Amino acid sequence: MDVQLWTWILVGISFTLYFGIAIWARASSTKDFYIAGGGVSPLANGMATAADWMSAASFISMAGLISFSGYDGSVYLMGWTGGYVLLALLLAPYLRKFGKFTVPDFIGDRYYSNSARTIAIICALIVSFTYVAGQMRGVGIVFSQFLQVDITKGVLIGMAVVLVFAFLGGMKGITYTQVAQYCVLIFAFMVPAIFISIQMTGNPFPQIGMGARVEDGIFLLDKLDELHTQLGFKEYTSGTKSTWDIFAITFALMAGTSGLPHVIVRFFTVPKVKDARKSAGYALLLIAILYTTAPAVSVFARTNLITTVNETAYTDLPDWFKNWENTGLISWTDKNNDGKIQYRNSDAVNGKPVFTEERGENGERIISNPSTAENELYVDKDIMVLANPEIAQLPNWVIGLVAAGGLAAALSTAAGLLLVISTSVSHDLVKKQLKPNISDKGELLIARISILVAIVVAGFFGIYPPGFVAAVVALAFGLAAASFFPAIVLGIFDKRMNRQGAVTGMIAGISLMLFYMIRFKTGLIGIMDPLPESEWWFGTSPEGFGVIAMLVNFILAIVISRLTPAPPENVQQIVEDIRIPSGAGEAQMH
Amino acid sequence: MKNKAKKYWHENLKYLFILLSVWFIVSFGAGILFKDFLNQFKLGGFKLGFWFAQQGSIYVFVILIFIYIRLMNKLDKKYGYAE
Repeated sequence: MDVQLWTWILVGISFTLYFGIAIWARASSTKDFYIAGGGVSPLANGMATAADWMSAASFISMAGLISFSGYDGSVYLMGWTGGYVLLALLLAPYLRKFGKFTVPDFIGDRYYSNSARTIAIICALIVSFTYVAGQMRGVGIVFSQFLQVDITKGVLIGMAVVLVFAFLGGMKGITYTQVAQYCVLIFAFMVPAIFISIQMTGNPFPQIGMGARVEDGIFLLDKLDELHTQLGFKEYTSGTKSTWDIFAITFALMAGTSGLPHVIVRFFTVPKVKDARKSAGYALLLIAILYTTAPAVSVFARTNLITTVNETAYTDLPDWFKNWENTGLISWTDKNNDGKIQYRNSDAVNGKPVFTEERGENGERIISNPSTAENELYVDKDIMVLANPEIAQLPNWVIGLVAAGGLAAALSTAAGLLLVISTSVSHDLVKKQLKPNISDKGELLIARISILVAIVVAGFFGIYPPGFVAAVVALAFGLAAASFFPAIVLGIFDKRMNRQGAVTGMIAGISLMLFYMIRFKTGLIGIMDPLPESEWWFGTSPEGFGVIAMLVNFILAIVISRLTPAPPENVQQIVEDIRIPSGAGEAQMH
Repeated sequence: MKNKAKKYWHENLKYLFILLSVWFIVSFGAGILFKDFLNQFKLGGFKLGFWFAQQGSIYVFVILIFIYIRLMNKLDKKYGYAE
């Protein structure tokens, strides 16, 4: 059977499964809708958290990103896993004990203030919307590349699917679909990785294969370092970023991970404090399976790419090269007219390749914007995972499986984020501030309407992605680190922390981060261009700046809280109460 | 009652301090700050610093959380907060 057919079959089976679960797990109350009734087992919650967490970016882009950045890619590996240690030790058990529905709930109650709650809602919306647009785009890309529908149709199909299980089931539907999606995505990621590891090193564990010897008896990583040096790249295992920047980015990603509302909210769904700790453990274990495999995939793919393509005549190249060239994600310009591909450390193209309708004398697609540098090859980072099974000549069903896995990753994350958005509106805004007397049924209806609106908005951004989205997704972590993380940690560990301190800290943290982002990363479209790297404060990239904004938040909050009156007695009582695990009970309704 | 809660909290903080120190040392220490130094040693085909950054730290993170779960379950029992 051909790839196309396999893909339709595997995607079809997985989607049917998700629909079945959605119908089985319908939500009948707001408690079902927001926190799945509070009765999810720690293992199921761990799987759901893992699927929620691992997005299209983790599944499709991360291995490719590491493949092209070597050691520098470690920031994602450590940052996106180490955050779970912070989450498990500093946040999850206490927030579960606190026992409400959302992060703004905690901020609002702990800092006895509706303005604090509103700031938290705004932060949650900014973070979630930037993130979800990227997911819808991911859905569109997977559909367009594997199933030959255009991106717009792909996004629309994706919207329809998310709509069914999020709209009907709320958190309950999403949780159990995510359990299924975790199984699909991890299977789809591991199968090709194991195949390739055996092919290249004879070891079935990619984590070990990555450090094993290849056919000619030298270590794979040494071989790759050598290839890199020959072609003028920096050694794969050393990287190019400064130590401080690596440190800052890793820290920002860790703190940001543990402050992301769609991750935190998952720990409200388990019955006890004990279960919250346990499910954080399961979640990280299940995430670690993918995160320790991804760097191995990067090494395999990088080595394969260089050895297959470099100094090979275009006419001798395998089919996958031409297939991906046709989709516009690979381009080659024969700059020295020898008919062979020279891959070197420089930009082959100015920006992204712009294809003309013509073909060159070797049959390659002609681009209108090649650079003058020696390098002739342009490869989009995203194809490393998608093309890997073809590069390694794996059977067609594996390629179909990767498509189903990529869709599972994107859909599960999108659903989790959409729920946070709808909860922010229906619970934090309407129920807690605008219309406190609303009935459970009425609130449920508003929750469903807002999820509908959120899906349409997210889909719109998926079809017409604003240029800044790609830049902003990575920065969502900086925003979460600069706003939520200090406010929650201090709310638990510093009894003396009061409204004045926390609110000032949050506002200062998120404004500083937004300012730095606009100044150095996105610019103000049409008014101001982003400033160059040489102007960075203390040599910190925008991705790592979250650390500095977070420190400013922490310091301001502590200083100001000590200069203003202590929080009221009943709030101090809340803090003492959340520190003790027993008596968590069910999440309170109101 | 209040005293008991205080003691429990202090023991909890002690565990947090120890576990987070390990968390910091394997990632920011071994994987970043001392990576160049550790890279002169090898673990199979891996340079050691590189291994910590792309593999080792993640394994340690997982183990840390499970140790924390065990310690806290014991602590909850000791103070009668288990349920």
